[in-house]
This record gives sequence, structure tokens and C-alpha cells, in this order.
Amino acid sequence: MGQMLRVGVSTSALVVLAGGILYLQQSRNSIANYQRFNEVPAAYETVHGILVGVRHLDAQSLIGLGILLLIATPICRVIFGVVGFSLLRDRFYAVISAIVLIILLFSFSAGR
Amino acid sequence: MSVLWFTVGVFFTSILAGLLGALTGLGGGVVIIPVLCLLFKVDLHYAIGASLISVIATSSGAAAAYVREGYSNIRIGMFLEVATTAGALLGAYLTAKVSGNWIGVTFGIVLLYSAWTTLHKTLLRQISRSPHTWAIRLKLKGSYPVTGGKEDYVAEHISAGFWIMFVAGTLSGLLGIGSGAVKVLAMDQVMNLPYKVATTTSNFMIGVTAAASTGFYLSRGYILPGVAMPVMLGVLAGSLVGSRFLVITHVKVLRLIFSTVIVGLAVQMIYSGVTGRF
Repeated sequence: MGQMLRVGVSTSALVVLAGGILYLQQSRNSIANYQRFNEVPAAYETVHGILVGVRHLDAQSLIGLGILLLIATPICRVIFGVVGFSLLRDRFYAVISAIVLIILLFSFSAGR
Repeated sequence: MSVLWFTVGVFFTSILAGLLGALTGLGGGVVIIPVLCLLFKVDLHYAIGASLISVIATSSGAAAAYVREGYSNIRIGMFLEVATTAGALLGAYLTAKVSGNWIGVTFGIVLLYSAWTTLHKTLLRQISRSPHTWAIRLKLKGSYPVTGGKEDYVAEHISAGFWIMFVAGTLSGLLGIGSGAVKVLAMDQVMNLPYKVATTTSNFMIGVTAAASTGFYLSRGYILPGVAMPVMLGVLAGSLVGSRFLVITHVKVLRLIFSTVIVGLAVQMIYSGVTGRF
């Protein structure tokens, strides 16, 4: 399990780095303006938009993909927990892990 | 400021924040959020989102090492994650509802508290009650490696620990920090777990807790790639260097410097919040 966490973090860091380099190449001279919060999320700020953008090699979507991989790492760990405790026939902790998993998955739809 | 200078500036600040966070055990979030807001003029919501990403990265990276060494307790961690993830959802929800000024003031107060605990190791260890029937029934126990064998432990004050974890999760979701200090407090001081078990299990839980609030932030569009990218890479690099390659002999001096920086940032955050600048 420790191995999985490390692989997840390094893969996502590499994807974010690749996206970052591409991003700087494309828009290094534009003005960085993050002062005002934008109520309507841009395409690269949602899960669906990221997946669409990656196919067009959009730099910000690539960074977004790396971030998604990063978030997936702890989620995978909880899934491993559900499976692992079920195999151990530890019903209580299989249910506990499942509750944590449901809360995590719920959070992705909760914001809208 | 052009995108290039913004990225370079934020990247190097994040390295410093990750370095300090790893050396003091507070995490990079407490430093990077106020710096992003006050120095780089980033909206508080975007700063919180970027910090959360770096929190997942550093905690998952560090947790990998501890699982192998057999310190972190996966059952206790999973049990308490029910509380922290539920709290994180509440915190993330509040961020969307409450005005930025309130969040800024709350952040400042939490910063002051962090500075205080960095300087003073609080000792409010509760007197143990012996039979821990619920702890045994829920298997909230384990053993951990010590020199010359293994030592057993059983968790105590479970419901109190559970509620403090809920608060820790709420703070994490609201402010975008790992709130490792609160988690360690709950496990070490209240549940009477061995310190090494408490810190490593806390590290293990931080990533899952932050993932719960990040899901919420992502679906609301608070995660901006241009801000998150330099913060994540910088904090990750800084904390890796901090935890692996640096042996600091003057921890006391470092704690003092760090606390001074934090108090300065706290005052700035509270001032900005009170005068309505967020």
C-alpha cells in the first residue's frame, strides 16, 4: 500500500510538471490575475472539462489531470481498505471504509 | 505580474513553505495561504484550493514511508476518517457560504494557536480509565515497533477523540490546511496513543481528509491550475528536502523563527479580514 501511495504521488507530480512546462510555454507573458473569484468555473476547472481538454493537449487541463490523479491516490487507498477488510472477514471495518468512500465520492457532486 | 514571474515566485515561496512545514511538523499550508493572499494577491478561495492539493501530495508521500515501518494504525485511521471526512465536507460547504473576511479572521486565530503549540508543548494527557470495552470491541488497538520488540496500546476516550477529529476535518475543509496539529492532539493527548503512532496515523489521514474537501472545491471550480501547479510542486519539493536531507541542530531557534513568521501572518490575516479586504 505504501508503494501505491508513492507511485500515485510521483505520477501526478510528473503530469503536473509536464502540464506546467507546456503552460509556461503557451502563456508566460499573459497577465496573472487571480484576484477575483470567478463564479462560473472555466472548462479546465471541472472533472468533465479536464478530460475533454486533455485530448486537445490543453496545458491547464493537463495540470488538472495530474491533480485528479493526486486526489485518486487517497481514494484508491480507501477502496483498498474496503477490499482488504472484506477479505479479512472484518465486516465492521469493511463497512467503515465503505462509509468513508461514499463520503469521498459524494464530495465530487456536492459542490454543484 | 506576468504568468512566468507569478509561477516562479510562487514556486520558490512554496519550496520555503514546504521546507518549514516539514521541519516544524505543521505542514506547508499554514504559510502558503496567507502569502498567496497577502503577497501575490490571489483570491482566498483559490489559495485554499491550491494549498489542499499540496496537503494531499505531502501527506501521501510521507505516509508511504510510515506504513512500511509499521507505525500507523490503519483501523484507527479509517475509523476516525469517518469523522474527518464528514467534517471536511461541512468545512468546504461553509467556505462557499461564509464571507472571505470571516475565513481570514478564523485562519488568523488558527495560526496564532499553531504558533502557540509550536513553542509550548501542551500537556493535558488525561488520566486513563481501565477497562476500554468499546476500544477492544472496535479493535482500536495495536502494537508498534520499539527497540527490542513490540509494545501494545489501546485507544481511550473514543467519543471525545472522534468529535475532535470532526472539528479537525471542518478546519481542514474550511481553511485548506492539513490540521495535523489538531489530529495529533486528539490521538496523542486525548486517546492516549503513543506519540509515534499518533503522528504517523495522522499523516495517513490528512490525505484522505483533504481529498474529501478537494472533491467539493473541484466541483465548485476553486482549483485553478495556474495557482495549484507551482504550489503543489514547490511544497512537495520543499517537504521532501526538509524531511529527508536536512538535519537541523537548532530546532529551538527554528521554532522561534517559524512562530514569529506565523504570528506576523496571523496579524495580517486578521487585520485584512476585519477591514474587509478578502
